[in-house]
Amino acid sequence: MEPNWSLARKRQRLEQRARIVQTIRAFFVARGYLEVETPHLLPGNAPELHIDPVTAAGGFLHTSPELCMKRLLAAGYRQIFQLSHCWRNGERGARHLPEYTMLEWYRQGCDYHALMKECEGLLAALVPSGTLAWQGQAIDLTPPWERLTVREAFARYAAVDLDQALAEGSFDEVIALQIEPQLGRQRPTFLIEYPAACAALARTKPGDPTVAERFELYVAGMELANAFSELTDPDEQRRRFVAEEAGRRAAGKPPYPLPEKFLAELAGLDSAAGIALGVDRLAMLLTGAARIDEVVAFTPEDL
Amino acid sequence: MYTCSDLKKGLKLMVDGEPHVIVQYDFTKPGKGQALYKCKLRNMITGSLFDRTYRSGETFEPAALEDRDMQFLYQDESGYVFMDTKNYEQVTLSEETLGDDRLLIKENMEVDILMFNGVGIGITLPNFVNLRVTQADPWVKGDTAAGNNKPAKVETGYSLSVPSFVEEGDLIQIDTRNGQYVTRVKE
Repeated sequence: MEPNWSLARKRQRLEQRARIVQTIRAFFVARGYLEVETPHLLPGNAPELHIDPVTAAGGFLHTSPELCMKRLLAAGYRQIFQLSHCWRNGERGARHLPEYTMLEWYRQGCDYHALMKECEGLLAALVPSGTLAWQGQAIDLTPPWERLTVREAFARYAAVDLDQALAEGSFDEVIALQIEPQLGRQRPTFLIEYPAACAALARTKPGDPTVAERFELYVAGMELANAFSELTDPDEQRRRFVAEEAGRRAAGKPPYPLPEKFLAELAGLDSAAGIALGVDRLAMLLTGAARIDEVVAFTPEDL
Repeated sequence: MYTCSDLKKGLKLMVDGEPHVIVQYDFTKPGKGQALYKCKLRNMITGSLFDRTYRSGETFEPAALEDRDMQFLYQDESGYVFMDTKNYEQVTLSEETLGDDRLLIKENMEVDILMFNGVGIGITLPNFVNLRVTQADPWVKGDTAAGNNKPAKVETGYSLSVPSFVEEGDLIQIDTRNGQYVTRVKE
């Protein structure tokens, strides 16, 4: 029997991927972060209308480890990171797998600006040359990267302005189809200051309650990471969860219990920031892969 | 009725009353936002192509098509001629209708021909076909690393990438759904 050809041909990328993961671990360990592991099987996730979970063994596989990681943070673990598989039902495309690898890190005593600097530092560790080549594009990684507000991005790249898009419910579509392909093409772009309604777990900007301290990192037109200055007000967090969960149930999604332990312990958390970064997409960017299939050994279709 | 989760490359559905096939498909979704299903559709009668983006919650009617077992007979100036294996009726399909699949068929191969109102409008190949290699660089002794590849051409004119140990004259199996080499076939 010949070796499985589609697996054998991935060897070079899988070797590169392993080195990327090793570099990520070394980067965070050197900065004093504690690597943690949290359960993948949960009674419920943080409710989000557009993120569907995989049901399993009387509960749900986590769509992100954020709730458990923020409980650790509230318990006094000041800097933590985790590399884990996450599950999102129905997400399959050139840049999506329903089971994929997420890097999340959380830090006490800072806001999302500190995480932007850390993203710049992480890429510098992964790409010593300072230039990333992907699908015919050359991306200059020299910091500081571009910081662009969502409102500016709509004005610059979209056919409608932000308020109009929010009013007609086309915000996601305009971001995905008109704005995202333009972002991070010469240098990486941090898209910052999301409308408050588009960030269920982020705090609002001091002095401006209409925008949330949330950013998304884009490199070569690809969404790579999502980050918040974490909302630490348990009453406000409960109100947002209840509203989001009502939306989920109205849409016929399987009900989640409210994460009461998380809400209770959140009261002990001062200021903090956290970020989730797609490791498979990072591997795509660093190995020149056009499809996410090329940077994992097995896709769901291969099983 | 299809929903968005049924959408994929090759799915045939009715759009504005005519059968269409999805020739390119991608799922995209801003991390926290609504899922979008980006499709490039080909009208199966006129051949025209256009893009359409669907959102979760939309539904689609399957295309009203008939699938018939046929055998490929020959190609001439009129096109590619197939014969129904039950009633021996012959139908001719154009090069444009067959698209890249024309490079993977050889005489006597059994295929499914799609019919709409009595006209042949599409072909479905078996998932795997065996074709003989007619052009490939010789195997360099010592090049045994799994994963090394080289270009090759098969008897139907189709070009693909094969492992370095495949040689001219070998019979190889090709997966028609992605056009890729699967394995050598023992004779």
